[in-house]
Amino acid sequence: MGGYILRRVLQAIPVLLGTTFLIYFMVFALPGDPVLALFGDKTPSAAQIAQLNAEYNLDKPFIVQYFLYLGGIFIGDLGTSFSGQPVSEILAQAFPVTLRLAVIAVFFEMVAGITIGLISGIRKGGIFDASFLVVSLILISLPVFVIAFVAQYVFGIQLGWFRPTVGPGAPIQDLILPALVLATISFAQIVRLTRSSVIETQSLDFVRTAYSKGLSRRRVIPVHILRNSLIPVVTYLAVDFGVLIVGATVTEGIFNVPGVGRTLYQAILRGEGPTVVSFVTVMVLFYLIINLVIDLFYAVLDPRIRYVK
Amino acid sequence: MSSNDQEPTIKRSPNHFVAPLEETPLAVIDAVKVDEKVSNLWTDAWAFMRRRPMFWISSFLILLVVVVGLFPFLFTQTPPNNECFLANSNGGPEAGHILGFTKQGCDIFSRVIYGTSTSLSVGLIVTLITASLGIVFGAFAGFYGGWVDSVLSRIGDIFFSIPYILAAVVVMSVLAKYRSVWTISLAIGLFAWPSVARVLRAEVLRVKNADYVQASIALGVSRFKILLRHVLPNAIPPVIVVITISLAAAIVAEATLSFLGVGLGSETMSWGNDISQAQRDLRTAPQVLIYPSIALSLTVLSFIMMGEVLRDALDPKARALR
Amino acid sequence: MKFSRFGSAAAIIAAGALVLTGCSGGGSSSESTSSTSSIITTNGSEPESGLIPSDTNEVGGGKIIDEVFAGLRYYAADGKPVDDLAESIDTDDSTTFTIKVKADQKFTNDEPVTAESFVMAWQDAVVNLRKNASFFSDIEGYNETGQPLTGLTVVDDNTFTVKLSAAASDFPLRLGYSAFYPLPASAFDEAGKVTDEFGQNPIGNGPYKVDGDKAWKHNESIKLVKNDEYKGGREAKNGGLTVTFYKDFDSAYADLLSGNLDVLDQIPDSALSTFQDDLGDRAVNQPAAVFQSFTIPSRLPHFSGEEGELRRTAISYAINRDEITKVIFNGTRTPATDFTSPVIDGYSKDIEGSDVLKYNEKKAKELWAEADAISPWDGSFQIAYNADGPHQAWVDAVTNGIKNVLGIESSGVPVAVFGDFRAGITDRSIQTAFRSGWQADYPGLYNFLAPLYATGASSNDGDYSSPEFDKLLAEGSSETDLDAANKKFQDAQAVLFKDLPAIPLWYQNVSGGFGEGVQNVEFGWNSVPLYYEITK
Repeated sequence: MGGYILRRVLQAIPVLLGTTFLIYFMVFALPGDPVLALFGDKTPSAAQIAQLNAEYNLDKPFIVQYFLYLGGIFIGDLGTSFSGQPVSEILAQAFPVTLRLAVIAVFFEMVAGITIGLISGIRKGGIFDASFLVVSLILISLPVFVIAFVAQYVFGIQLGWFRPTVGPGAPIQDLILPALVLATISFAQIVRLTRSSVIETQSLDFVRTAYSKGLSRRRVIPVHILRNSLIPVVTYLAVDFGVLIVGATVTEGIFNVPGVGRTLYQAILRGEGPTVVSFVTVMVLFYLIINLVIDLFYAVLDPRIRYVK
Repeated sequence: MSSNDQEPTIKRSPNHFVAPLEETPLAVIDAVKVDEKVSNLWTDAWAFMRRRPMFWISSFLILLVVVVGLFPFLFTQTPPNNECFLANSNGGPEAGHILGFTKQGCDIFSRVIYGTSTSLSVGLIVTLITASLGIVFGAFAGFYGGWVDSVLSRIGDIFFSIPYILAAVVVMSVLAKYRSVWTISLAIGLFAWPSVARVLRAEVLRVKNADYVQASIALGVSRFKILLRHVLPNAIPPVIVVITISLAAAIVAEATLSFLGVGLGSETMSWGNDISQAQRDLRTAPQVLIYPSIALSLTVLSFIMMGEVLRDALDPKARALR
Repeated sequence: MKFSRFGSAAAIIAAGALVLTGCSGGGSSSESTSSTSSIITTNGSEPESGLIPSDTNEVGGGKIIDEVFAGLRYYAADGKPVDDLAESIDTDDSTTFTIKVKADQKFTNDEPVTAESFVMAWQDAVVNLRKNASFFSDIEGYNETGQPLTGLTVVDDNTFTVKLSAAASDFPLRLGYSAFYPLPASAFDEAGKVTDEFGQNPIGNGPYKVDGDKAWKHNESIKLVKNDEYKGGREAKNGGLTVTFYKDFDSAYADLLSGNLDVLDQIPDSALSTFQDDLGDRAVNQPAAVFQSFTIPSRLPHFSGEEGELRRTAISYAINRDEITKVIFNGTRTPATDFTSPVIDGYSKDIEGSDVLKYNEKKAKELWAEADAISPWDGSFQIAYNADGPHQAWVDAVTNGIKNVLGIESSGVPVAVFGDFRAGITDRSIQTAFRSGWQADYPGLYNFLAPLYATGASSNDGDYSSPEFDKLLAEGSSETDLDAANKKFQDAQAVLFKDLPAIPLWYQNVSGGFGEGVQNVEFGWNSVPLYYEITK
């Protein structure tokens, strides 16, 4: 087990290098000139362009820019944004907010999704199953911005249950509504996944054995069925946690959450290489850790999976 | 393998150690019915599916969507993008325009009809990309384990951790001249496959410990054959669910990209584009948003239902349970 | 001025206001409820660079800079310049100006504001190639490579002279713009360059000051409090101003409706049809100094020479501006009648040739047919726009109109990212018409004309060149009388109406609103509320 973890940690190094390289390349490949964009509809002079390019290393070849950036990381310098703020500071601001948002969202997904999925799976074809099939389909087929706008308007403005946007400091109570919106996207997936996994598990011999031993449903369902149905669900939840950290751009924008998605999207549009790369790098780190934890978790859920080699 | 659950129960007389062949029903059982169709996973699945109404409903819907996508002109005479008059902006239904008009005064019905092919193509192409990449990566990673797993999974991690919006902005800008359903599908699909891969990998890890797989290994069947013949068919059902949902998600993602301004141009009809445009008037003219949404939901619904039926049909255990 | 990617954001110069309008004096009933210490909240966006006046050319930072600094002059709500720090600005020939700075003015760190404070700041802008460096381009010694200006001379502590390289009648009018603000000595390093640290926590002399070291929470908000030292015409009647940064106006609008925001200076597209009902008499909708158009570069096939002139005119006739502003923008745009803006001194709606802006299906078809006789039309008429701003709706409406009237193919071309859009325009690689616009830096006609249409001008993206236009512009500039100058500028526009280097569309109104608890909200000519007047 210890060796396995060590190996995974070592694997993280090429992944990080690969990702930063790919990202840096993508930002570099973005057509258009971030310096020109700084001048709006005005056209700057050649000298101004040259100076700003030099300041942000944009005048150097791609590979040099990349290594300058990498070099900076080792002395703890992630560069600065166009507004003069150190990227490390932007990171420290945005990540905790998004992390909180993602945790709340995943919590909602997990509790609601697994419960409903389990019930649907056990009572397959019943009225409960059918009605949640419809609900989850509707949720899947609506773009998130539509859900977000409707939720903001109804719950934030009409009913006044929540603040329609996130206030200063992004307190938990303001994050509940955006988290619910985020949760709706994956909720449907979790329900479907849990449901099909439960149906599958139910047909396995050990479940039949458990019933034939005379165990009650009360015991078989949580201990035998649920535990053995969770592998794909947990995988998905982990993946989704990653997605929430990475890609809550639209929701964060609509609810004005000062988190990763919003900041990153702005940085992408402005072509701020160092900011984009640093954000994505931290996200990859997160993601690798989550994956490792999940893979270890498999072993707990399914004793047959062992990491021995 | 698991497709021969229906082991016949043979009653033998305990008095005979070896029964004469003609006394037992074995002759009947062992007899080869030359003219009977070979029973395999897929014929069984077909036999199962055709008895399910859900299969026929979803088939009908998918067929309808495909026909509309291929031959939109059979369904409406109104051009979707011409004859748009602002005087009709957000107008209600009238003769010849049964669903009313969009903000730009275009005929909603015609736009929904003509938008079908775009949304459907995006969904299908993305699914093709994610499914093929995801299955290859997931299956090999899970089955071979070791360094193969490490390399493939880590490649998946890299692609997964790149925000798809960044990917979309980059792909759509770099390929701005070729902006089409292909580029937008590439932008979505290239970065969406790791979730399929991960689910499949987890399933493969589970399945490959099953007795029949271990037995095949013991019999010396080639590893690749085992993966193809025994592991994949049994690991695929949950993946089918993920794939059908991701088909739906791709159609929706196209809408979100339009909302963010990196979608298709307005001369390309797509439900996503129309939904994102109509969202501005959500409060005053919700009907403009509703019709493309219904079309999108129905399409998504039909594919998910199909996925559901397929999953059950391909999974003998779930089938047997009915 | 930077026209934000959202193409709609409020203006950069927040300086103007009447010293005491009837409106701000009418607070007798509210005096008992409102407090001079209350904090006003408003919307904004994260500044794109440090808060250095000469380096800030966009709305997000400009709005803050204008509250934190005070210049020689500021603009009243109607755009009239009012002396702020200037004691006097004198000239005989519109070329050499003698500027006297009021005595006993202080920065918030107790440094006095002197003639040197201005000259140092202006030299920094030019030498260090700040984004607003081009504002100094008329001053003697300016060149684009960052040589110090030779036309600035400090006479004594409170007096300096500015010598221009050519006459510019509206130079005094420009002095209210933020690029001309003074900076304290502590802003500079040994080399005379404004430090990046200063940009993070600027020390100013305006009606407000940044509330300490950590007041600017990046991507979140900035807190400004009243500067008691400021004694000019913009003295704050409230205790402070908190600018919350939003990614878009939708979320800001939601906050306004739910009472979490006091003043909003831009209604989001999604609320254009409802905001008047939502807000009632708290809604604001008035013309502003934002001009929108699309430019057809003359290098495009069919758009040069006589044929080009006919086609441009035909296209202009084919656009139903009244209908589009009403239907697409719900009346938050005012159909254009010239190349400037109705809030600018010298504006006229009756310039010769301006009837090409009136929808006329018949004339459009005739002229197009005439052009076809010269050389038959082929292809599609396309308008490029940056898709990260809210332009698709009107571009679609305009191209649909062209399609319907002229019977040709026409569509919008979205460009994903603003930087990409600008790059295509700047390097002239764009092969379609493209959206263009101008938000005034200072309230003068010249500002709408010279940078955009003068031969070789910095923002002349369509490469328009007309000796006649250039001549009228130069004549206007050398006048010493502003009215005489404006007459010339109007004549110059008559030339533009003939050539149509850009097709004028409409003026963007300032459409905003304010919350129930606040009074005395007035929006200036530049779309920014006069924050200092607001009480709560």
